[in-house]
Amino acid sequence: MLAGKRPFLELRSAALQAIRAFFLDDDFIEIQTPLRTPAPAPEPHIDAVPADGWFLSTSPELYMKRLLASGYERIFQMAPAFRKGERGRLHHPEFIMLEWYRLESDYHALMKDCHNLLRHVCAAIDRCANLHYNNRPLRVDTDWQHYSVREAFLRFAGWDPAASHEPDRFDVDLVDKVEPQLGFPQPCILYDYPIYQAALARSKPNDPTVAERFELYWAGIELANGFSELVDAREQRRRFLQSMEQRRCAGHPVYPLPERFLKSLEFLPPCAGVALGVDRLIMLLSGADHLDHVVAFPPELA
Amino acid sequence: MGAVLTASDLRKGLKLEIDGEPYLVVDFEFSKPGKGQALYRCRLKNMITGAQFDRTYRSGDKFNAADLEEQSMEFLYKDGSRYTFMNTSSYEQIELLEEHVGDAINYLTENLVVDMLLFQGRPIGISLPNFVELKVVQADPGIKGDTAAGATKPVTLETGFVIQVPLFIEEGELLKVDTRSGSYVERVK
Repeated sequence: MLAGKRPFLELRSAALQAIRAFFLDDDFIEIQTPLRTPAPAPEPHIDAVPADGWFLSTSPELYMKRLLASGYERIFQMAPAFRKGERGRLHHPEFIMLEWYRLESDYHALMKDCHNLLRHVCAAIDRCANLHYNNRPLRVDTDWQHYSVREAFLRFAGWDPAASHEPDRFDVDLVDKVEPQLGFPQPCILYDYPIYQAALARSKPNDPTVAERFELYWAGIELANGFSELVDAREQRRRFLQSMEQRRCAGHPVYPLPERFLKSLEFLPPCAGVALGVDRLIMLLSGADHLDHVVAFPPELA
Repeated sequence: MGAVLTASDLRKGLKLEIDGEPYLVVDFEFSKPGKGQALYRCRLKNMITGAQFDRTYRSGDKFNAADLEEQSMEFLYKDGSRYTFMNTSSYEQIELLEEHVGDAINYLTENLVVDMLLFQGRPIGISLPNFVELKVVQADPGIKGDTAAGATKPVTLETGFVIQVPLFIEEGELLKVDTRSGSYVERVK
């Protein structure tokens, strides 16, 4: 069983080195932040694993932004993130998340980073040619698809999610109708999400109904999520309180407000950040169709 | 009523109750888009009718586990189209119509012990042992000189079930039969 995983684990090792080299070459600093936190970001649908009175990190986002607020211009991190109850073909309750941030940038710069990063990793591990997923060919070196969320929904689901606030319908149609169409054969950037789908993103200056958030899809699989960061401390507090209320109403545990993070926001210049699921990328690059194939020990065998 | 379950309990093989009927989760996929909510997509199979349909649950949805119980039952006798079984621990007897016994009628002989599945106390299915022994009640003699490897002929078993067997099998012999495939395994010496 474990012996059979060697090709996947070798590919993982090579991909991790390639990712590091990509950022270090661009003058990023590799950061490590605590895996335990007293106050995870209050996302409506992300549950944290309790750990001795605190919580395991659901994402290093808040720590990374505190560093940005202190003047670190380019930082990245690859670390485990933990999310309670997430288990499926594309979900592990513990997974490796790559996050990177650029000061004085917006989400356009990060889309470009995604493009360059994927090309770099594919080249470094010699996987540019003959990539396949479920017998469909994949390509990384041609022009990528770009759809605004509005365009994609109008085209594949037949309605405009920015014009009507329907979070439930949004989630179901995204999974059933939109995602399966994205990222064949080349990766796809889906951008400008309805404001109610982006708790920590800046709203678009000329269109307050959408946020400057994007996701990277490849082969119908969500690989990365990034945005122009919200740097307005008051607005962020208001959205956090709203998320907490949403969690309380849905019967989910409510976490303490991340006050140190909110304090740091008062000093945060414009910036942008993105998180990418490393295990999913390795899955696509190795042609596997299940996350279990590309980690040494899936949750049930840990 | 079965235990109350939530969407996060869903997985392949789970049995739940919908509109008063038992369903088996035959396929299951967890999905969670971006910052969105978790969706638990299931293919459900009605355990009585076999009908299948798809349903998506969200976190927070609640439902009842199907109130299912498996009991060990001994087959006693058949009277017309009625089959009588006895619970091996309570000695309580239960009568089933042939249509509810299903394919199991091919393998039921007196005193055979089976597992009976009950939903809210009503029998809905019978699981047989993987192998049973049945006597041949009618067999034509093998055609002399036909030695082709794998050649078979039909014989009738004591339950009325007809199966294909090797040519050397004769009337009165006891056979081991696989109940999953309905096929001959070997002669019981």
